[in-house]
Amino acid sequence: MHTSYDVIVVGGGHAGCEAAAAAARKGAAVALLTFDRNTVGAMSCNPAIGGLGKGHLVREVDALDGLIARAADAAAIHYRMLNSSKGSAVQGPRVQADRKRYKGAIQAMLAQQSGLTLLEGEAVALATEHGRVTGLILADGTALTGRAVVLATGTFLGGRLFRGEERNEGGRTGERAATALGHQLRDLGLPIARLKTGTPPRLDGRTIDWGALEEQPSDSRNWTMSPLSSTRVLPQLACAITRTNEATHQIIREGLGRSPLFSGAIEGRGPRYCPSIEDKILRFGDRDGHQIFLEPEGLDDRLVYPNGISTSLPTDVQQAMVRSMHGLDKAEIVVPGYAVEYDHIDPRALDSSLAVRAMPGLFCAGQINGTTGYEEAAAQGLVAGVNAAAHARDEMPMILDRASSYIGVMIDDLVLQGVTEPYRMLTARAEYRLRLRADNAETRLVPIGLEHGFVGEERRRRYAARQDRRGLIDAELRRCMTASEMARVGAAVRQDGARRSLFDWARFPEVGRALLFDLAPSLRDAPEDLRDEIWEDAHYAPYLERQDAEIADLRRNERVTIPAAFDYRCIGGLSAEMIERLEGARPDSLAAAGRVRGITPAALAAILVHLRREAA
Amino acid sequence: MADTIFALSSGAPPAGIGVIRISGGDAATALSALAGRLPEPRRASLALLSDPSDGAPLDRALLLWLPGPGTATGEDMGELHCHGGRAVVAAVERALGRMAGLRRAEPGEFTRRALANGRMDLNAVEGLADLLAAETEQQRRAALLMTEGHFSRRIEGWRLRLLDLSAMAEAALDFSDEDDVPDAAIEARIGEGIAALAQDVAQVLAAPSAERLRDGVRVVLAGPPNAGKSTLLNALVGRDAAIVSDVAGTTRDRIEVPAALGGVAFLFTDTAGLRAEAGDAVEAIGMDRARAAMDAADILLWLGDPDALPREDAVPIAAQSDRMDHRGHPGLKLSALSGEGMDALARLLLEKAAALLPREGDYALHARQRQGVTALLRYLGQAGRQADLLMLAEDLRQARRAIDTLTGQAGTEDMLDRLFAGFCIGK
Repeated sequence: MHTSYDVIVVGGGHAGCEAAAAAARKGAAVALLTFDRNTVGAMSCNPAIGGLGKGHLVREVDALDGLIARAADAAAIHYRMLNSSKGSAVQGPRVQADRKRYKGAIQAMLAQQSGLTLLEGEAVALATEHGRVTGLILADGTALTGRAVVLATGTFLGGRLFRGEERNEGGRTGERAATALGHQLRDLGLPIARLKTGTPPRLDGRTIDWGALEEQPSDSRNWTMSPLSSTRVLPQLACAITRTNEATHQIIREGLGRSPLFSGAIEGRGPRYCPSIEDKILRFGDRDGHQIFLEPEGLDDRLVYPNGISTSLPTDVQQAMVRSMHGLDKAEIVVPGYAVEYDHIDPRALDSSLAVRAMPGLFCAGQINGTTGYEEAAAQGLVAGVNAAAHARDEMPMILDRASSYIGVMIDDLVLQGVTEPYRMLTARAEYRLRLRADNAETRLVPIGLEHGFVGEERRRRYAARQDRRGLIDAELRRCMTASEMARVGAAVRQDGARRSLFDWARFPEVGRALLFDLAPSLRDAPEDLRDEIWEDAHYAPYLERQDAEIADLRRNERVTIPAAFDYRCIGGLSAEMIERLEGARPDSLAAAGRVRGITPAALAAILVHLRREAA
Repeated sequence: MADTIFALSSGAPPAGIGVIRISGGDAATALSALAGRLPEPRRASLALLSDPSDGAPLDRALLLWLPGPGTATGEDMGELHCHGGRAVVAAVERALGRMAGLRRAEPGEFTRRALANGRMDLNAVEGLADLLAAETEQQRRAALLMTEGHFSRRIEGWRLRLLDLSAMAEAALDFSDEDDVPDAAIEARIGEGIAALAQDVAQVLAAPSAERLRDGVRVVLAGPPNAGKSTLLNALVGRDAAIVSDVAGTTRDRIEVPAALGGVAFLFTDTAGLRAEAGDAVEAIGMDRARAAMDAADILLWLGDPDALPREDAVPIAAQSDRMDHRGHPGLKLSALSGEGMDALARLLLEKAAALLPREGDYALHARQRQGVTALLRYLGQAGRQADLLMLAEDLRQARRAIDTLTGQAGTEDMLDRLFAGFCIGK
């Protein structure tokens, strides 16, 4: 076996696969280490990819030539654009994916990637020399050498499953390996904390009375997750909706005493935005019911995922609860739901390239950083993979800032604020979301990917052609017309005597698409995705201009750098809590320090004054 | 570690006492070096100060040792209450200046350190600047409210309400796929919340500004030549600020005189007399300036024809009642020479000024604060008109940023520089 690589990726989940593929695209020799090659690319929780905020991440990973969107399209059996009635900046594309086909698509893409070797085995320890990573030791004694290691190990650190009174340590063999690596991470001084997440029972779709339930059909338009997927390939299935009711709530209340969530057995914090059904009943008991989506797991798969009843109640209570709902009175549970508690590292130990500050060459991505979700994992994996390859090849790291992408927002949040619950992407987290739309991810990110040299030929060609086309349309939209000229061609705009470019006129409600297309035929002839992007750009333009000044300000404060060894304790007047947060987050700029929670303007002024004094 | 700074923080010598403040890590060393011992913390004690270089006695002074961080600047501090003679203060300052690590404070540096160490916020600093400059009771009260953080607490209240509104908007945007977030009802509640907050903000904005309080209410005396404007001005300010003669057109330029009446600051302006034809170019310029002053006046006292008021709100004055016949004149009859009507005029000025100045218990906003509150109100207004929830959320975000500007988060550096440039030393 070949044992020398540039980058070694541990873990074949969504983060690990993107990391390995991205590092290989950047030209590194990559090993992807997994327990079992058949589980590579598995979706371990719900069968959906995308959604509000998450759909943005999928499009961004795709723009950086990642795998997730193309695999989602290859496996999609249901498409839905969330928030379609709201502004495009908060619309979230989502698909239900066929599990087997998704995994198959990922494995096929990895197999085609040159420079990437899939290895089966179990990591025991990092090999280090003078405080730097030099490789990885496997359980069978094999020593792999590599200048960078990416840990994308999901919940393997101290995983514990809970269901009613049952407990299951980690749920897999090889605790020794996890423990040894876990100890090594602790010895590095990495702060470790515990988080909790849960999953609902899986139902046998043949035992559901579909006819009795409200149906939610797949979106009829023909959009795809990746612009490189030319069309939807699989037959589309409908999801169905049912609700909990008073009887369901009564069953849950009676079972609460047997739930590990309330017996104190689980110490880790669960996510507020994805509560267990026990939590929902306890906190919102006055509601007469909660919506439950029944999502098929595949075309030729009988399993159905009831989204909304994540639970760790005992199996018998789960069965009674499920059967109390409309359409599910005969439903069979195939796999009962459970809660899982796991260790994660405090992501404030990482820098913006996802490198562990205390150990050069070590990168972390995915759930190990305290996030939840395939999309969050994939996005971090891509960034960690690219930067691990950059590290191995002595190239500049790729740092995405908050104004560039949701990926940048997420990483900045993680490395500055840390996590108190599993971190999930929300559009509300992105202050510049009017410019960070799912529909303009290519325009925003392909150039960054090209600059860092990890975008494939197909994507590059598509981007170049699209930019050429956009250039022609932009030129046509720069043509100016007066208000009276607009009136002559049929737009009942206010006669304010103003002369505006067609791009500016586009946002006036009196103008409308049809007229604009007449005035700018190149726009009409453009592909739908480009047409929509330009249309939205025009509508948000006044807001984007206002934000430009804000972003310039942000970038100016980002240039006021804070040395890594800056001593916050020498600044009198910072509270102990502020000092602790700043020392935990180690912001690298004044802008970043200002984003650390609880840092007041006065504290920021104090830091600035001390920085200036030190510089003087 | 920062330098230790010192400065005379009481008035210019000679004075009864001279208070020299020392702030920084070497404050204790400096006190011990001068007094031969470190007094008990926060207890005044008497000591003979000697020059550490030659042991020569300097002064017998009251000594205070205030260990940080619970001090005005957040650092270790010392205070020397010396005799306020020029030579005494100079000798003590010289001795301090020779010590290693000590230097004379730059203007505003004590306050700057208080801000840097989180002992004051920006609004409080601005309030302090006003407090130190306050000459009238009213200025003092308004400045104290600002220093004590009344305005900051109000802003904090706004910020919390804004956060609630934003949170509702974001819930409707990010969790619209969940049936637990009721869309339509929540949008109505957001709308009501925005309107209520905007009303509150508008109320603060409608209150009079700090500049008027600081610079005085502008009272302009205007009228034809030789109407008695200069005599009246001199009577109002209680001294001969303007030259008075019987020669028409004696006053050729504007004369501005600040004066306090009944505890309120006024800025009185005497102007060149107005007539149809200017005698020469200089008089023409003087008349232009007079008109400009009249336009900018808060209160315009008109000593001319009561039927030809230059401004609707001008106050007609029947001046020189000791020698003129004012029958039928609707204005206030007064004589600066005999004092007739002067009390009535003072009452009238105070009454009008009361409407222009912050009421007791109000704080007044500075131009910078006014700008921030205006921006806040503008974004709230925009948010209230948005049909698109996404744009509404963006407007609310901008409103939050406007609040950050008020407490000094954005553009920190520029704002600090401006703020401290005109600041008095040693406070």
